[in-house]
Amino acid sequence: MSPGVSLLGTTALLFDAPGATDLPTQQRIWSLAREAETWPEVREAVPGMNNMMLVFARAPRNLDALEIRLHEAWAAATPLPLGGRLIELPVVYGGEGGPHMADVTGHTGLGIDDLVALHTAPDYPVFALGSHPGYCYLGGMDPRIATPRRKIPVLSIPGGAVSIGGTQTGVSASAGPSGWNTIGSTAMCFFDPTQHPPALLRPGDTLRFRAERVVR
Amino acid sequence: MIEILSDTALATVQDLGRTGALNWGVGTSGAMDPLALAAGNLLLGNAAGDAAIEIQVFPFAVRVHADCAFALTGADCAARMDEQTLLPWWSGMARAGQTLRLGLPVATAWPASRAYLCLAGGIDVPEMLGSRSTQLRGAFGGYAGRALRQGDLLRAGRPGGDVNGFGAVPPALAMPLQQDGLPAIRVLRAAEYDRYTPASHAAFWGEAWRITPQSDRYGYRLAGPSLTPIAPIELRSHGIVPGVIQVPHGGQPIVQMRDAQPSGGYPKIGTIIEADLWRLGQAPIGSRFRFLETDWATALAARDANEAWLAGLGRLANLQRLGAAAA
Repeated sequence: MSPGVSLLGTTALLFDAPGATDLPTQQRIWSLAREAETWPEVREAVPGMNNMMLVFARAPRNLDALEIRLHEAWAAATPLPLGGRLIELPVVYGGEGGPHMADVTGHTGLGIDDLVALHTAPDYPVFALGSHPGYCYLGGMDPRIATPRRKIPVLSIPGGAVSIGGTQTGVSASAGPSGWNTIGSTAMCFFDPTQHPPALLRPGDTLRFRAERVVR
Repeated sequence: MIEILSDTALATVQDLGRTGALNWGVGTSGAMDPLALAAGNLLLGNAAGDAAIEIQVFPFAVRVHADCAFALTGADCAARMDEQTLLPWWSGMARAGQTLRLGLPVATAWPASRAYLCLAGGIDVPEMLGSRSTQLRGAFGGYAGRALRQGDLLRAGRPGGDVNGFGAVPPALAMPLQQDGLPAIRVLRAAEYDRYTPASHAAFWGEAWRITPQSDRYGYRLAGPSLTPIAPIELRSHGIVPGVIQVPHGGQPIVQMRDAQPSGGYPKIGTIIEADLWRLGQAPIGSRFRFLETDWATALAARDANEAWLAGLGRLANLQRLGAAAA
């Protein structure tokens, strides 16, 4: 399978790696992004989940040349392991801080204890930042607890909300709208614009959830 | 220096947006109508991207505490400086002690919903992560990372000075775009376009879309025919930009606007070209418009036309200032 390349209007281009979402592919994405951000027509190279957005410094007349270069760079990209830190997050699962727990247990057919056990088991590598300041996209979620995004996004979920969207999980860094299912909450500051870098976590770090309490 | 008199939320300090911080999860923010913001700045001899106040709830009033050149662009709000009526898209001098009042946007040939108050030298707030735009979600940038409130004091970057009344033709008049009697917004197909049914394609381009009240700087939720994928689509999270038209599972599209998240996971049927984002940024809630399919060459020509319009305005404004200085 070849990667997907598509336009985001005249603002950016999206590169989507083929295959199932995994860490080795993400390491190639990190490598590709590091190279692409040196290209003159690229203002920012932004890794997503096994994909990458190239924001144009100025939309180029000749798109084909850029696409060809992108495909060539991907073919040549080797995994770039980014060493990072392990950070543990205490989580209160269910109850007021996890308003969509019933939707997730309903969809997966799991009991709340089994769901919490599956959610706290893996070490989650930080694949990318996105969504909102300081938010991390994590790899490694057990596919048995995957739950589709909500049909209609919730207008605001609080900072510290632990949620599941499709095959991914994450923790919101501040209050805001979300289409994901919130199953718990944690207290941790993920972003401070006066610091450099402003975000607590970066790609290559590892996150571990610990069940501080389960509200049944 | 000006003082906000209105106890109205939602007016914010914005510039042309924050670039270079997407990898920390920070979206671009910036003016919903970047042409109006840039034009107001050019009328004052500012850099096009200086910070200004974006006003979207009316009436709105400020008291002037020190003489300052100003420009008002965007929606025609029948503005008055004390008792004197001001023309839309016009610059002038604000004198200490005067009060500037903006009313509800008036019905014009170019309906608009957001006004920009520019001051000489730009609104003097600190630059945060490369921009003076308010990052509402992150609560930083702009004025204290929040919408303006009654009693807030904002300084001009270049107080004093002088300016002869000078204005511009609104770009909605200079560069109108309509399709079958409604405002049109040009769109390029996005990654999941081909995964929608032919009926959805026909409806997307053929029907009118209404901007619902659940619309703000983050995004516009549209009402119209339901868009249906051929098979359910579940995507991995990926970068997105203002102008992306997402289709949540409910089938009613959401256009991401300037406070958009920098990433998302809903399917994308298209993206509004950057050159037309100001048109939607000014479209009033409840109004209807059409999506117009475009191609890469036309999209770049539209960008060039916007840039040429701004460059022309900048040249005229400079000549006007030179003439005033010589007189």
